[in-house]
Amino acid sequence: MLASSLQLRGAWAFIERNFRATRRYWGWEVVFLIYSIVNVLAVTYIAPGAEALTGVSTATDFMIIYLLVGTLVWTYLNGVFDAVAFMISWERWEGTIEYTFMAPIRLVTMLGGSAVFAVVYGLLRTLVVILVVSLFFKLNVANADFLTAIIFVMLGSVGFLGVGIMAAALPLIFLERGTQMTIVVQALLLLVSGIYYPVSILPDWLEPLSWISPATYILEGIRGAMLEGKSVVDMSGELWRLLAVSVVSLPLGVWVFQQSVDYAKRTGRLKRYG
Amino acid sequence: MSVSPDTNIALDVRGAVKTFDTRGIRIPLPWNRSKPELVVAVNKVSFQIERGRIFGIVGSNGCGKSTLVRMISTLLYPDGGSMKVFGYDVVEDSQKVRRLINRVSVEASFFRKLSPMENLLFAGQTYGLDHDETERRIMDILARLGIKEEQVLRPLEQMSRGMQQKVAVARGFLTSPTLLLLDEPTTGLDPASKRQVQGFIAELREEHDATVLLVSHDMDEAEKLCDIIAIMSEGRIIASGSIPELVELAAQKGPAGNLEEAFLTIVGHALDEEPEESAGARDLEATPKD
Repeated sequence: MLASSLQLRGAWAFIERNFRATRRYWGWEVVFLIYSIVNVLAVTYIAPGAEALTGVSTATDFMIIYLLVGTLVWTYLNGVFDAVAFMISWERWEGTIEYTFMAPIRLVTMLGGSAVFAVVYGLLRTLVVILVVSLFFKLNVANADFLTAIIFVMLGSVGFLGVGIMAAALPLIFLERGTQMTIVVQALLLLVSGIYYPVSILPDWLEPLSWISPATYILEGIRGAMLEGKSVVDMSGELWRLLAVSVVSLPLGVWVFQQSVDYAKRTGRLKRYG
Repeated sequence: MSVSPDTNIALDVRGAVKTFDTRGIRIPLPWNRSKPELVVAVNKVSFQIERGRIFGIVGSNGCGKSTLVRMISTLLYPDGGSMKVFGYDVVEDSQKVRRLINRVSVEASFFRKLSPMENLLFAGQTYGLDHDETERRIMDILARLGIKEEQVLRPLEQMSRGMQQKVAVARGFLTSPTLLLLDEPTTGLDPASKRQVQGFIAELREEHDATVLLVSHDMDEAEKLCDIIAIMSEGRIIASGSIPELVELAAQKGPAGNLEEAFLTIVGHALDEEPEESAGARDLEATPKD
């Protein structure tokens, strides 16, 4: 068998396995979907809520879309991050990690299969959330440039996957605390990426962290497209920054992961835990 | 992947060493000067297995058997020595080695919500096996191991420990490995299931020209299946040979009516002679801390 077809079949195995696992855990999937919808609604209602509290109606519609974009993008990116970053923790918990790493496939095959599933499943789940949430708000998106928004999401996904892969390396290095550290990374991304506010309001010492998060540029791009109808050309600066972060973070993530696997193989950490 | 026809040695282990530092991750800071707490799990182990043989390694719990298997499985890097599977180095040529081997360990280790079919399909596909062909082989192997058709599609968490272990055995056989690593494969199985698995191992050797490394503390099983047996204690191989050879060796030192008696005599004698520096190897399967 050709090495390339072995790798392709291997990548497909991960997509199929993750799909089957998602189907078997359907009860939890429904719970997470409901939670996501409620979370998006709860955050977005802050905009009309602020108007009701202060009596000031300036920019309420703007704020609704601003918050909606933030929560929806975070719902999607969070899902992608979960699927990739907790891949190792899941395998370690189930005890399958040694068997997966014994298979004659490359690390990028394993990561690629998991990443493709994460992106496709994340997009589908977010689409369902959008459909439900759109019933609650009267949105004026006549001027929005959807194509630009989609380009930013897809390109940003690549960069965000790199961050997720780097986080996935933590449970390889730290047997017990790796998963906890991954959750801390996830929380930091939420804080510094400007999900609910512009990153310019962050303290000076914290703002530089937002520069290395792909989510920052994804949100800038989508908000520009949805709120101001800007095209890709109008936002070439944001696009280049996103490209630069993605081009660095994906290979860096794979490299960090590879180093962590080597470390785990040297120190005996590639084993069941829990 | 094919094996070179002129390679008659399936596994060649020379001076393999594995040491763990049980202190966990150390950040190299100037004031952090604690000494390494080293545990020697595998201590200069050497042996060869000829193609088509069933080679047994017996030893008590924590003597380093599983660490040795993990190194051959490419899951652990040896600290010293070399390990070659059909001439391929387990570190340098790990991808090629992985295509030739498979392993069954004492823990069944599956995605518990998935069915045996789903778990095994995943395993087969990661070895590049065709979906439909894999499905047929899975049904065939599971049927021969006594797993009913209606159980094949139910989540594994609904199966008993013994049944799960049978599925683990099926996973090991599914890819028709040229070198099969069995780490206490029948632990937890009832006598009838044990026989089925043992029959399967013998058949794999006869029909598929497979070589088997069987690691066990079940002396009856080792006696029944193995051509050559090595006795491992405190990370070292202290004796090896055919069963009559081991019995003869043990008879010079004490009781040696069968393999079990020979094992106890040889290990007991070796422990009495253990040099002080290696007697500190306490928990040889130690898990590193964070």
